[in-house]
Amino acid sequence: MTNTIGDVEDAEVILVTGSNTTENHPVLSSFIKRAVKFKNAKLIVVDPRRIKLTEFAHLWLRPKLGTDVAWLNGLMHVIIAEDLHDKAFIENRTTDFEKLKSMVEKFTPDYVKQITGIPEARIIEAARLYAGARAGAILYCMGITQHTTGTDNVKSLANLAMLCGNLGIAGGGVNPLRGQNNVQGACDMGGLPNVFSGYRPVTDATVRKEMEGAWGVSDLPEKPGLTVTKMVPMAHTGEIKALYIIGENPMVSDADLNHAEKSLSHLDFLVVQDIFMTETGMMADVVLPSACFAEKDGTFSNTERRVQRVRKAVDAPKDAWNDWRITSEIAKRMGYPMNYKSSQEIFEEIARLTPSYAGISYERIERQGLYWPCPTQDHPGTPILHTQEFTRGKGMFHAIDYIPPAEKTDDEYPLYLTTGRVLYHYHTGTMTRRTEGLNERAPESFVEISAEDAKRFGVEDESMITVASRRGEINVRAKVSKMVEEGTVFIPFHYAEAAANKLTHAALDPVSNIPEYKVCAIRLSRAA
Amino acid sequence: MDKENTIVINGNRLNFVRGETILDVAMKNNIEIPTLCHLKGTTPTGKCGVCVVQVADKDELVTACSTQAEDGMTILTESSSVVTSRKQTIQKMLSIGNHNCAVRASSKENWTQYQLKVHQEDNSPELCPAWGDCRLQDLAYRYQVTGGGYANVKALYPMEMANPFIIRDFSRCILCGRCVKACNEVQVNNAIEFGYDGEKQKIIARDDKPLKDSDCVFCGECVQACPVGALVPKDSRFERPWEMQKVRSTCSYCGVGCQINFHVKDNRVIKITGPDDAPPNYGRLCVKGRFGFDFIHSKDRLTTPLIKENGKFRDASWDEALDLTARRLSEIKKQHGADSIGVLTSARVTNEDNYAAMKFTRAVLKTNNIDHCARL
Repeated sequence: MTNTIGDVEDAEVILVTGSNTTENHPVLSSFIKRAVKFKNAKLIVVDPRRIKLTEFAHLWLRPKLGTDVAWLNGLMHVIIAEDLHDKAFIENRTTDFEKLKSMVEKFTPDYVKQITGIPEARIIEAARLYAGARAGAILYCMGITQHTTGTDNVKSLANLAMLCGNLGIAGGGVNPLRGQNNVQGACDMGGLPNVFSGYRPVTDATVRKEMEGAWGVSDLPEKPGLTVTKMVPMAHTGEIKALYIIGENPMVSDADLNHAEKSLSHLDFLVVQDIFMTETGMMADVVLPSACFAEKDGTFSNTERRVQRVRKAVDAPKDAWNDWRITSEIAKRMGYPMNYKSSQEIFEEIARLTPSYAGISYERIERQGLYWPCPTQDHPGTPILHTQEFTRGKGMFHAIDYIPPAEKTDDEYPLYLTTGRVLYHYHTGTMTRRTEGLNERAPESFVEISAEDAKRFGVEDESMITVASRRGEINVRAKVSKMVEEGTVFIPFHYAEAAANKLTHAALDPVSNIPEYKVCAIRLSRAA
Repeated sequence: MDKENTIVINGNRLNFVRGETILDVAMKNNIEIPTLCHLKGTTPTGKCGVCVVQVADKDELVTACSTQAEDGMTILTESSSVVTSRKQTIQKMLSIGNHNCAVRASSKENWTQYQLKVHQEDNSPELCPAWGDCRLQDLAYRYQVTGGGYANVKALYPMEMANPFIIRDFSRCILCGRCVKACNEVQVNNAIEFGYDGEKQKIIARDDKPLKDSDCVFCGECVQACPVGALVPKDSRFERPWEMQKVRSTCSYCGVGCQINFHVKDNRVIKITGPDDAPPNYGRLCVKGRFGFDFIHSKDRLTTPLIKENGKFRDASWDEALDLTARRLSEIKKQHGADSIGVLTSARVTNEDNYAAMKFTRAVLKTNNIDHCARL
């Protein structure tokens, strides 16, 4: 997030899109709801599903799946046409405004309506509302990113925020809501193919030299590596021979699971390190038991870039070890000593080699976490990013045209499927499905279907139906619901026995390599 | 000192900002005024009457939580009329419910009968689950109030057990409304409210449905706010607070990073609560964070390394498993090159774990093929 969670209550207008916040980030949603209920904030929700937050919204825009660039360009068209943009901000802080302006010119409310299905008046109203705010916050999640145009969608949100001068101020910002406890930290720590910790590129010879010196090695590789969405298919083609998978379950979370399974079975060697035996672990040659979060000391970095302590409360069961200890032992046996005595010792090394974490220590975050960038021991941390300038200096507008989703419906697969989570479960369910009470509340998978489609396809509420895509099929219970619009169904992806990702499409965003989990074509039939 | 804006509490002349309540001013200056229904960060109701104070020149006592400070007010927080009023308030609350702690056990003639009645209604031989962690009990002890002399009335509403997380014991509810504030003003789930009038008053979910069939999302904020034994976590209700050790940590579900307190006993996590004073969540948690921790002590946990032989896993020692892993990775690296190996680190593990995996991938395997599930 460019801004903080608490900062949401300072916004005059809050635009939430592609985030079912009350179910996926319930505590954060309370800040949105409080802003609306007690601080007079105006809420705009843009989401294809009738999510809980729409009940709090002043304005709900319901776009067709995968049409985000179109409605965003439509908002910007109206803002520029009505002269509501922040000219001083554009002049002082940005470049390439003219490129944006000419791109959005064709995105008239009428044109946008044809693509998105959103009535013209709503587009105009939303544009005026957002542009009219002293401070407007944008919050988004995987409904924006998990598309073949995910990067375009995010850039378009940034365009909109810059257009209205909503960056670098309290109550503003472009705020991705991280879906997993330490996605932020895993990225910060260089768990990415192209960067060391602190986002320092592997292609930069100076950085490599510094890391080589610090680690006492030579020849650190300069070529950026592969993303997970490339590694798995390349296991299929034989270019990847071995995978070491820590705390992940791609056999439920990957798109197009049938293909992923074939790919993993091609590996010469698979090591899986986890707290439970998972669908992925079953395919491994070696499984290594690790300690869970309640059993280890360390830090997580949350969605607002706050680095916070994790503390050991109980002992790990029998022979389960801390993840870093396991990794260090493998390193040692491959001839490279990693003799850490504690997580604190590792954190001190992180601080030495990661400029944005340099000022953070366990002592400083004993009572309360710190926001990075925190470059020095006396730096208070940075709650709001980009207050003076952007990382690259001036913010660049990107002229982005609308591209439809990769897969289309046809006579054979006449409905769209979108996927997501429910309140009571988390990701692939390895943790939450082992909690009795949560299972009682949400025992099995389901497909949300509109009353119109239920009628059209002869689906009875509560009956078992088969959902098939071009890649696979699953059996789930029908839930006739007002949540989804005619033409679209929703299935949560938590349930391995009816894995929604057997259906999803592995078409990737060309930049981020994220799969298009949020749109694919399916058909329904009564389960045999 | 700004003469325009001062009040005197117990003889201390204090500054205040317009809009502050008497309670705000007292709290800011470390003067304790006992409260019960007041919930930090929500609008005051003045409902319970515990925080009454005496204001000079006023005939009636006022509630400190809902009375704004006015210039020149002179206030006494523990005068004899205040103490008398508080005692009556507390006694009345004690008398209407199944408060079978020591403080209620004073009515000699029907003590046994009372305890038996409560045990029967509780369906448990334990004392009140809030014993030792109860604001009402604390206040009763402090002001030496007993609930004696009241008849043993059968509870008007039965206990609600029909959901996996929260027990609603209406026989112990003092109708202070903190849960209603927590639900409507803190979490804004708008699931519960005051229902019925007079003696029949009750906290209800809409249409007085059980929580499991209502808008309740089981965040448990109401349980955390309940000052008595009316709302208690189902699984850990009879665990006594002094037997548990609190360990502060960070929740491991979504990316909000809520601060949590583990309550630990005998090397087991018994319950999880939110520390009120810590950002980003200031005590708020969701159903997963508060109640979804069974997995920690699940019998399904992996407890020993496993090696697959002829398609089946067998238990292995750490040395065996680590040696095999190191040997196979080295062989594959030698035979097919470093870039034929990939590492998936995890958005679930700590920064330290991630850093170690990153260093291992780059410095030991010598490849940049490292990624994690951010995209999935």
